[in-house]
Amino acid sequence: MPVSPDWTAFPRRRLPALEVTGGTRMTLWNAIVVGLKEIWAHKFRSALTMLGIVLGVSSLVTMSALVQGMENGAREALVAVGGLEKIRVEAQPVPVEQRHLRDFATGVTLDDVRALEHSAPDISKVSPELRFDSPPTLAADGKTHRTWMTAGVWPIQAQLMEHTIEHGRMFTDLDNEMARNVCVIGTGIRDELFGKPEDTGEPVVPIGRSLTINGYPFTIVGMFTHYESEQDRRSRELREKERLERIASGKTNEPAGGAKRDRGWSGRRSNFAFWIKNNTVYVPLNTLWMKMKSGQSNAPPVPKLSSMEIKLRDSSRINEALTQVRNVLMVTHRGIEDFSFRTQEDRAEEIDTFIRNARVSGGLVAGISLLVGGIGIMNIMLASISERIREIGIRKAVGAGDGAVFIQIVIESTVIAVVGGLLGLATSFGFIRLITILTPTDNAPVVTAAAMALAFSASAGIGVLAGLLPALRAARMNVIQSLRYD
Amino acid sequence: MALLELRNVSKIYHLGGEEIRALDDVSLDIDGGEFVSIIGPSGSGKSTLMHILGCLDTPTCGTVTLDGIEVQRATATQLAQVRNRKIGFVFQFFNLLPKLNVVQNVELPMIYAGVSGRQRREQALHALELVELGNRLKNRPSQLSGGQQQRVAIARALVNNPRIIFADEPTGNLDTHTGEVILALFRKLSQEGRTVILVTHNPEIAAVTPRRIEIRNGKIAEKVDARLAGLDRVSAAATAGP
Repeated sequence: MPVSPDWTAFPRRRLPALEVTGGTRMTLWNAIVVGLKEIWAHKFRSALTMLGIVLGVSSLVTMSALVQGMENGAREALVAVGGLEKIRVEAQPVPVEQRHLRDFATGVTLDDVRALEHSAPDISKVSPELRFDSPPTLAADGKTHRTWMTAGVWPIQAQLMEHTIEHGRMFTDLDNEMARNVCVIGTGIRDELFGKPEDTGEPVVPIGRSLTINGYPFTIVGMFTHYESEQDRRSRELREKERLERIASGKTNEPAGGAKRDRGWSGRRSNFAFWIKNNTVYVPLNTLWMKMKSGQSNAPPVPKLSSMEIKLRDSSRINEALTQVRNVLMVTHRGIEDFSFRTQEDRAEEIDTFIRNARVSGGLVAGISLLVGGIGIMNIMLASISERIREIGIRKAVGAGDGAVFIQIVIESTVIAVVGGLLGLATSFGFIRLITILTPTDNAPVVTAAAMALAFSASAGIGVLAGLLPALRAARMNVIQSLRYD
Repeated sequence: MALLELRNVSKIYHLGGEEIRALDDVSLDIDGGEFVSIIGPSGSGKSTLMHILGCLDTPTCGTVTLDGIEVQRATATQLAQVRNRKIGFVFQFFNLLPKLNVVQNVELPMIYAGVSGRQRREQALHALELVELGNRLKNRPSQLSGGQQQRVAIARALVNNPRIIFADEPTGNLDTHTGEVILALFRKLSQEGRTVILVTHNPEIAAVTPRRIEIRNGKIAEKVDARLAGLDRVSAAATAGP
């Protein structure tokens, strides 16, 4: 025994009176370390407990990434068809209350187009569109193809529909005036009639060649670029690179693979909006009208259009612009409302609704699995405190207040949840990769920081909540009974 | 004023409608620096008295004053503070935390006192040297002998520098020789000016202390009628069994 220890060297804390509370605080860091040690001491049990939170967090992040991918794809497609600024005016049967006036109904005509050009300042572009009554037959090189997307238009239509010419040119106003037999095609038509570059191994540019539309010969003066979603573009470029690498490595003989099958557009994972855009054929309006339509027995003297495409100056003034257009058209149509508007607003709303529904249902599933994870944590914390009754008694005997015990248990359960949440975030990336491999879609999942933050804070919150009941129980344990407990 | 003052303290339990007076109107003074033993057979109210003196429990009625603080109305958290700062406990079954090593066990009361990490370590080492265990710092309690474990427990009781050390049957789980070493340690602590209260049922152990408080039937024995005390002894013997 050392002689006369100097106890006065110990700092002596005064406890002045019982009114003063506090002081029995265990520091936060200590509690976290104790929590981590508890997890480590029961590795397997903790891992199983965390699994619920891991799955909950990762399903929440994965779900939101998938929905975000869908949303991006849908919005991309929306922009591809002209965005919110584009409105289509379509001919429509005369409404019932105006039925007696139907002989005076003019339908959508070029007069409307000109009137709008001059009288509707909220509109920047307007183009007439004339279609066939049934899909026309395109033919070239002995191959045929039928497509709805063949229309007689003004040159401005190319800008209005966000088309980009890659080869050749768009036909001009002069081509239209002279009713020349020229056309501009999309790459989908090129693929059908002249072959795909992927199959031939070299670019196919049919500029200057001719095709027939319902038997009438047309010269191809221009071709649009190939429209595709971001995802398609990336995968195509990857395939292209691999092909070049194969060629470079000398394996030029690609396996024949038997007869080729065309499984139609749906088989090639490509977005419908882009498919339509790629299958466009534009000819001058006058050509279509004069050479192909006016010969029809019941053709009216002025071109009766199928529809008009309108571009707004400002998509935020959509209601004002629509009123303007309607006012103008009511004048030219002499008050007969034989037209209707088709806006992309409906489509945008549909996208919004769909995305919201997908979010809610996905969130619900993920939320339920988080909840189940939370219940798992609560369960294991209850088991843990009944295992540690004596420990809690000892801690209280040496001066742990009820609050300190409470906080320690809450922190332990929060630590489990937070570690599980972090693992869940890591797992979600694995999940997303797995899903992309198993079920490739157009819309690559997009992980957002917001989704990760939400999932993580949800897991932490659930950890706190799951710890409350066990912590309350531990805090309320009687010191004397806990000390006697075996 | 005495360090510990009990005035008319009673502790009443209700078991199935029956009133049990574990402590019955006990008044008691213990001065600072005293070496006292509380002795009595099991069921005598000795444990209840120790719980109340040690601020593990509050009395049903009466006042308890510890170092000038009236603790009879304290909340659980306030009692925890008093235990933390004023009292060190040594138990029969050592009550060390098996998952913590020796130093961590000794540091435990200081964690709840909010002492910084470095100072905790320093004070724990100091306390362990006092009980001559400076060389077993990283061992787990299960790797120590009973006597060593009890010395760790004493170091833990000392580490917050409390006014009072309570020892509840500190030698009950040790062999005679080790028990003597532990008792010597308590005597030494007492000589250093610390208030030490030994709780035991063993009169031989109680004999080492200058003052003995005998408790029978919930009362301090001197005040108990001799006849009643005798009856009580018989009943205690009956319940204790062979």
